[in-house]
Amino acid sequence: MKKTGFDEMWGGGNTRSIRKPYLSFAKWVDEVSVDEMLVRQASAEQIFRKTGITFAVYSNDEAEERIIPFDIVPRIIAGDEWDKLSEGLIQRANAINMFLSDIYGKKEIMKAGILPEDLIYANPQYRLQMTVIKPPHDVWSHISGIDIVRTGADEFFVLEDNARTPSGVSYMLEDREAMQRLFPSLIEKHKIRPVSQYTDYLIETLRSVAPPNASADPMVVILTPGPYNSAFYEHSFLADRTGAELVEGSDLFVKDRKVFMRTTEGPQQVDVIYRRVDDDFIDPLMFNPDSMLGVPGLMDAYAQGNVTIVNAPGTGIADDKAIYSYMPEIIKFYTGKDAIIPNVETYRCREPDKLKYVNDNLDKLVVKLVDGSGGYGMLVGPTSTKAQIEDFRKALLKEPHRFIAQPTLALSTCPTLTEKGLCPRHVDLRPFILTGSNGVKIVPGGLTRVALTEGSLVVNSSQGGGTKDTWVVDENNLKVVEE
Amino acid sequence: MLSRTASSLYWIGRHIERADFTARLIDAGLKFDMLPFSESPSGIQSAFEASGATLIYPGDKAKAKRKQIINFMCFDESNQSSVISCFGKARHDARAVRTALTREVFEELNEAWLNFKKVQNAVKNDDFGTFVSWVEDVVRGFEGALHRTMLRNECLWFIRLGAAVERADNTARLLDVKYHVLLPSKEHIGGPIDQAQWTTLLRSVSAETAYRWLYREGLVAWDVAELLILKQEMPRSLAACISEINLILSRLRSSNGRTGAADRKARAIENKIKGTNINNIFQSGLHEFLVQFQIDNNSLGHSIAEQFLF
Repeated sequence: MKKTGFDEMWGGGNTRSIRKPYLSFAKWVDEVSVDEMLVRQASAEQIFRKTGITFAVYSNDEAEERIIPFDIVPRIIAGDEWDKLSEGLIQRANAINMFLSDIYGKKEIMKAGILPEDLIYANPQYRLQMTVIKPPHDVWSHISGIDIVRTGADEFFVLEDNARTPSGVSYMLEDREAMQRLFPSLIEKHKIRPVSQYTDYLIETLRSVAPPNASADPMVVILTPGPYNSAFYEHSFLADRTGAELVEGSDLFVKDRKVFMRTTEGPQQVDVIYRRVDDDFIDPLMFNPDSMLGVPGLMDAYAQGNVTIVNAPGTGIADDKAIYSYMPEIIKFYTGKDAIIPNVETYRCREPDKLKYVNDNLDKLVVKLVDGSGGYGMLVGPTSTKAQIEDFRKALLKEPHRFIAQPTLALSTCPTLTEKGLCPRHVDLRPFILTGSNGVKIVPGGLTRVALTEGSLVVNSSQGGGTKDTWVVDENNLKVVEE
Repeated sequence: MLSRTASSLYWIGRHIERADFTARLIDAGLKFDMLPFSESPSGIQSAFEASGATLIYPGDKAKAKRKQIINFMCFDESNQSSVISCFGKARHDARAVRTALTREVFEELNEAWLNFKKVQNAVKNDDFGTFVSWVEDVVRGFEGALHRTMLRNECLWFIRLGAAVERADNTARLLDVKYHVLLPSKEHIGGPIDQAQWTTLLRSVSAETAYRWLYREGLVAWDVAELLILKQEMPRSLAACISEINLILSRLRSSNGRTGAADRKARAIENKIKGTNINNIFQSGLHEFLVQFQIDNNSLGHSIAEQFLF
């Protein structure tokens, strides 16, 4: 067997054997034919289409609505592995919130010289307005998605922070439901830690951050750009499961510095807005004046403390990939401890010596826009053609401060169903972390994204990636199964 | 409830009802043309005329052939009232307000949309019947899902309100088909062709058995009109539709306290229907009565939108 990277099922290095969390699953795989698995997979996709679990892909006119490919082979994480990850995620989410509160408030981290001031003040994601607005309960990034990759048995890294409006949580929940429908007995054997409480945690979190002067039964809404948005299914799913009202910008208006929605019974006041609309679009009076998606006057009502916006405007700066490179220092500064989950080594192209290194090694590195997301504006050196690299080089040298680079990681693989049977495909993991006035909550696991093309490292759904159900299973339960 | 949501629900009700009716209406037109001695304008053209679609038909309506009419009324997405547009819009609205619907209701509409093209192909082979029964199945599935799974609250009432308003309009249009279709010159009113045409009309709305239940003495035009206009027992009669509209409006009134022009207009229409009989209607002209009803009903629709801030 040729030596390859770490595999979630088979482990890494030369001595490959089925890892403990997969023992019971491996037994099942031996008993079920590939054809049978393909049939079940097809029926899962049929259910997704029937229930409208679809995703729109930008700049692709033909396929207005697609389903995200779903792979039936679960990604299994051992309970103790998860417990450590979870601790690291909570640490990181707390640090991000303290960091945001600080850079818009006392600015101690800049005073301490931990990171260059221009990285904050000249950052397009830094919202000056937020220096004079205090988000209720001092919570900024209520819902964070932190992307984790694995390269070895004990080697987990944070690849990216998503502190704006991370998406994908509906797939985490729907994938589990699909697996429960398709493989009830397999699921039963594994005693998987449940994830369905996520939506309860979400509504609790949203209610907990209502403005202090709101009623005891605050009105919570989810603001969507509308049915044409790529993540609309998720918005309606979350509204459905939390009981929050799903609103579009035109359903809301501001009067007397308060936010109301238009109902059949007349105006009704809104206390908490979980917005799935970017900062630029939430209030045409304050940000992008051409926005049709937002609510004129919303920021004014927010400044007055009459409504909570989730996540707070200005959190996008924590997604910035140049800021990311300082995250170990940021965590240390606010928590006094080293980061439990380390960063991936990152070269900031704004620094001349790093730029030179990146420029000399473009074919070996992954280069990303500091403010890019969804796999757009990104170069994966080893899998790109010469022409693609040269094109990218031009963009890089023109505006080096807009880029960072990272070594190409040997992301772990996970067995994935293909026409030829189970084949290894690269995966990552996006857990979702909720921060309310009542603390931090997280459900075990998260969304596993898988690059379906052999060898590909790009897992984004907008780039043809798929998803898997993510199981956190406890060793004790597995031992029972082995007997 | 959000006004936008209420509006979408109301229009889901209307569009599904309209899709059902359009398919049935064409089916009736085609069946008219199977009767002997039919003359111009043909049954399908009468159906075309009664539907109101001639007003927006881009070509010369007098020259429209059967195939073109079917295509325009069922499969032309540029026609806002075609069956495909109705299903498309209902599905789009359902997606936008799916939090107000049960999974079952959403899936009915979603599946209808996903299967549409497949079913459409049957019509190419001159098999319109399969298409009509598929549309009827979809609508029954949708109504069944509403009935079995939806909470008895505003969400359901707005859908039903839209359906009732649309259905009242449709029944009036259906009866009016007889006004547009001419009898062959040697035939007389009450003759076999006339009778066969009335029977076809009844069948197109699955009301033939109902008729036999209520009227023992055989088919008479008067009685058919009475059944479809005045009989409370008949679920798609104008009387039944307007009673349902009033019932729903009163429920909405008690749940959100809003009253206005819609309530007044609905009561006025109901009083008008209760205060008349079939002789009066025929004496002052059935066609004129039906046209006035459509105007009143349309105005009611506008008032509903205003009253609930759509």
